[in-house]
Amino acid sequence: MLDTIVIPVLKIAVLLNAVLVAVTFMVLLERKVIAWAQSRLGPMRVGPYGVLQAIADPIKLLVKEDIRPVRADPMLFTLAPILSLVPALVVFAVVPFGGDELFYVTDINVGLLFIISVTSIGVYGIILAGWASNSKYPLLASLRASAQLISYEIAVTMTLVSVILTAGTLSMVGIVEAQQQSGLWFGFVQPVAFVLVFIGGLAETNRAPFDLPEAEQELTGGFHTEYSGMRFALFFLAEYANIIVISAVVTILFWGGWLRPFPNVEALAFLDLIPGWIWFFAKMFVFLYIFIWIRATLPRYRYDQLMRLGWKVLIPVAIGNIVLTGVVKVLL
Amino acid sequence: MAEAIAFYTLAVLILGLGVAVITTPKTVHSVVFLVLNFLCVAVLYVVLRAEFLAVIQVLVYAGGIVVLYLFVVMLVNLKRAPEAHEDPRRLARLGLALSGAVLLELAGIVVYSYGRVTPASAPAAAGPLTGAGNTEELGWLLYTDYLIPFEVASVLLLVAMVGAIVLARRES
Repeated sequence: MLDTIVIPVLKIAVLLNAVLVAVTFMVLLERKVIAWAQSRLGPMRVGPYGVLQAIADPIKLLVKEDIRPVRADPMLFTLAPILSLVPALVVFAVVPFGGDELFYVTDINVGLLFIISVTSIGVYGIILAGWASNSKYPLLASLRASAQLISYEIAVTMTLVSVILTAGTLSMVGIVEAQQQSGLWFGFVQPVAFVLVFIGGLAETNRAPFDLPEAEQELTGGFHTEYSGMRFALFFLAEYANIIVISAVVTILFWGGWLRPFPNVEALAFLDLIPGWIWFFAKMFVFLYIFIWIRATLPRYRYDQLMRLGWKVLIPVAIGNIVLTGVVKVLL
Repeated sequence: MAEAIAFYTLAVLILGLGVAVITTPKTVHSVVFLVLNFLCVAVLYVVLRAEFLAVIQVLVYAGGIVVLYLFVVMLVNLKRAPEAHEDPRRLARLGLALSGAVLLELAGIVVYSYGRVTPASAPAAAGPLTGAGNTEELGWLLYTDYLIPFEVASVLLLVAMVGAIVLARRES
């Protein structure tokens, strides 16, 4: 009873709250980093150096008036933000933050596939939001977004096949353990796959330079133009939760999850004094930072360039990578 | 006990959502019900301990194919309800005949298999398959015992894809 219900429910509660709090601070971090990149200070008014802005923003969104357009489809207009947030949170069930059983909710033997399939449900939130708003810019944006998501999903899934081939397992914990056994992070074994998954991750979370679905200048804000208040906040939460998911998945698949650097070098064993979950969060933070850094640096792609990159570059390279991995695996 | 509760809850949900798919007046709503239906079927697979099948069900049907349905439904005929919805009894006789045939088939399977597979022998028959987790087993079987059906299915999909491209290509 205690092991099967109480502890998992507690873990889930802690995890959900941690993710939601992390999202609010991620937004603050993003505003600060982009401000620094543009020689500004960013939010400074609320709390010391604007730290409490992370709490002020959600409060503002919570108390805002909720507006629903008269011509909108009531059922789907309500359902869309929920459909987009829930998959982003469900995925955390199989993300291991550390080697000990305390640090993950569950370790199923199809963990990686579970992540891929649950994130593929998130696209409904975007499509239905655009359609249910009954307004032309959101509809255009949602078509763009879903075409983009589907195209890059194929590339990312194809690339993950080569990682699965290298690890020989689909379990998230198993993949990290495989890296421990081989004594090498898969980022060094599969550098091409890492780059592909990271680019695909940028595109799947609609982040710059692939943020066409939210291009303010062309689409007045994107698929969530008609949303306000808490409903808008749910889309916002989903986007940032997805960024955290991608960073965590990249950390686990390519940079050794909770393993210390150079897990096979005995001379660095003193690094094990730092617990695994700290390594995990440190690596994850690096990727979160890179996400923001890229947004502050790169200009937006054009739509045809985006589609060309996805279908004519990423997918062929991903297939080539699978073949190469297979050949090397058979020869070794 | 818990399994029985899960099964009957899911069965009611799946059937209810199935009815909702064909009775909802708005086409986009029926596509959403279809997605929920597929998700429930995936949970049913989990109850049967076929995790791989469950995940693939979500990935391929809920996350892939129905997204394309939704695209088509959203882009084609946004304003008017489809003709089938205007006259629900249009194909009533054919529908009755088809569902009668399916019912007969199901009854036949139940009568045929009743008493043949005892609960004790079923896990024993599946015994050699449960060793390394069902992803490995499924992959192994697909590429050894069931290679020909697998290849035939792949060729069928390829033919469908080529056909779609030929139909969609612009006449130059």
